[in-house]
Amino acid sequence: MLSTYTYPKFAYRRPAELDRSGAVDRHPVVVVGAGPVGLAAAIDLAMQGQRVLLLDDDDTVSVGSRGLCYAKRALEILDRLGCGDAVVDKGVTWNVGRTFHGDHEVFRFNLLPEADHHRPGMVNLQQYYLEEFLVKRAEQLPNLELRWKHKVIGVTPEDAGARLQVETADGAYALDADWLIVADGARSPIRRMLGLDIEGKVFQDRFLIADVVMKANFPAERWFWFDPPFHPGQSVLLHREADNVWRIDFQLGWDADPEEEKKPEKVIPRIRAMLANWSPQAPAAQSPPPEGAQPARGGPSPAGPEFELEWVSVYTFQCRRMQRFRHGRVLFVGDAAHQVSPFGARGANSGIQDTDNLAWKLLLVMRGLAPEALLDSYSDERVAAADENLMNSTRSTDFITPKSQVSKDFRNAVLTLAREHGFARGLVNSGRLSVPSHLTGSALNTPDADAFEGVMHPGAPLADAPVREQGRDGWLLEHTGNAFVLLLFADRPGDVDAAVLRALADAPIPVHTRLVVREDEPAPAGCRVLVDVKGLAAQRLDAKPGTAYLLRPDQHVCARWRRLDAAAVRAAVARATCNA
Amino acid sequence: MDHLITQPHFGRPGQTPLRAYSPGDDFYEMLIETHRGLSDDDSRLVNARLVLLLANHVGDLDVLREALQAARAGIGTAP
Repeated sequence: MLSTYTYPKFAYRRPAELDRSGAVDRHPVVVVGAGPVGLAAAIDLAMQGQRVLLLDDDDTVSVGSRGLCYAKRALEILDRLGCGDAVVDKGVTWNVGRTFHGDHEVFRFNLLPEADHHRPGMVNLQQYYLEEFLVKRAEQLPNLELRWKHKVIGVTPEDAGARLQVETADGAYALDADWLIVADGARSPIRRMLGLDIEGKVFQDRFLIADVVMKANFPAERWFWFDPPFHPGQSVLLHREADNVWRIDFQLGWDADPEEEKKPEKVIPRIRAMLANWSPQAPAAQSPPPEGAQPARGGPSPAGPEFELEWVSVYTFQCRRMQRFRHGRVLFVGDAAHQVSPFGARGANSGIQDTDNLAWKLLLVMRGLAPEALLDSYSDERVAAADENLMNSTRSTDFITPKSQVSKDFRNAVLTLAREHGFARGLVNSGRLSVPSHLTGSALNTPDADAFEGVMHPGAPLADAPVREQGRDGWLLEHTGNAFVLLLFADRPGDVDAAVLRALADAPIPVHTRLVVREDEPAPAGCRVLVDVKGLAAQRLDAKPGTAYLLRPDQHVCARWRRLDAAAVRAAVARATCNA
Repeated sequence: MDHLITQPHFGRPGQTPLRAYSPGDDFYEMLIETHRGLSDDDSRLVNARLVLLLANHVGDLDVLREALQAARAGIGTAP
């Protein structure tokens, strides 16, 4: 059915294990599931020198657009993994979302009003492209072995790892893993094999997703309709994807028959009705577009543009999570650990953030530099993030698909008031789009002893800003990550004590310093200097000369001070690695 | 004379939320939760009681008149 994309077929290889007897092979880390989240986990570990085996029961990428919206924080993580440019270049960047009720435009929002960040608020890209780019990246890494068409059919937890039974077309074999990362998706066969629960609620509603190819000159915006004339009583969401593909989600209601609704003779008239009736030329009188917004464009001709159907699916969803994401040496990430409604793009984005949180901790534990308790903090921090995602996506779902008369009444009251009143526009909830969790409650943070303004408190993901290093323009985030980094703000590079910084860099868990200065001058030996070209790094971090920020390998702030004290930095690293 | 506030106003004094939408969403969830498990008739009664409680809290008859007019605007035929 797909005409714009050719699915790659990855080579299956007969496992060497079948042709030899004797001891079962032992692997330091096995990741199960080569979706975006499993691939991100394996790439992160392999990039940092860890040998990883990644198993997948298929030999291609995801079918259909599926996970579609990649948020700023996920893009920043993909940058760290070496895939950010591929995703952003192929994807469709958008910032404007428009919301309609009936035949009125209620309001519009702009995701990223603030300039001078490397990555945009949101990029739309079909999941199969993201997976393809991640597989290409994985194939560059000598430490990473990918086995396609290797299906895990049994798992036995052991004190020092887990034994897996793996099935292939040529027969089954066993392997041992010191650590097992489970990224096998919402239905997680491994979670089931281990008898672990995942609890939450099922939403009694069905949605039709259609990927449609059409050459239409509509802007790259997210359009959301409540109760539109072409689909009364339900909601509709439209997104632009790469390759002139458009994604349309129709709410169908619980009583819809999924098999019937998937039939082209049923789907095509729905889309035709939408395109023919789609002419929201003018925004509502009382909600003028924000400055710089595109003028509203006319809809298509009465017949609507020509289109072809590429992929159709009917889905239901659940909002639920496992009680904890670590079970001894088995670590759950992504949909295997938690699932949300699709409103807000909080699924794949949060899964990628899981791996960002997990990889550095697992590496420190495997290298004997941190106790296993550090991995409990993975669970604690990502459970808190999952709860935030669950709360927001549940609220969106309750607003979009009200289940009682009074819920419908309030929803419609908000939508009608929103045409005129700002407070009601703030209540319209068609999805609160994925933003990173601020891990403010984490035990790994060193609480502030000094006063700071703004939101870069311990636990916050570092804000980006333009910087220049040795004459090359770049971004603050690309100079952090993968290790503990100290951002030390100074008027001049000469103002700092290089010996202290060298000692921090030579510690068993090294801390690498980046001096952030206003004027570029020769740096002390061994110091990297970033010029804060617009002063925005200092502004966004409320930094003054002398201010120091300690960043974790996942670019979250874990401590900050107004004056550098090497002993305090060492204590904060110890705290952030459960070595205190 | 005070006027009806129609810009976003949910929150707690002295606290700046990380996400501007959070306080409004917190309220909306409380509102929907309050009705959970009620019949439509009971929900109507709860809503009427809520209007009266909030109206007494506002107290100022000029503000209340503005609120009543804003609520009625565009609904049914003009009074």
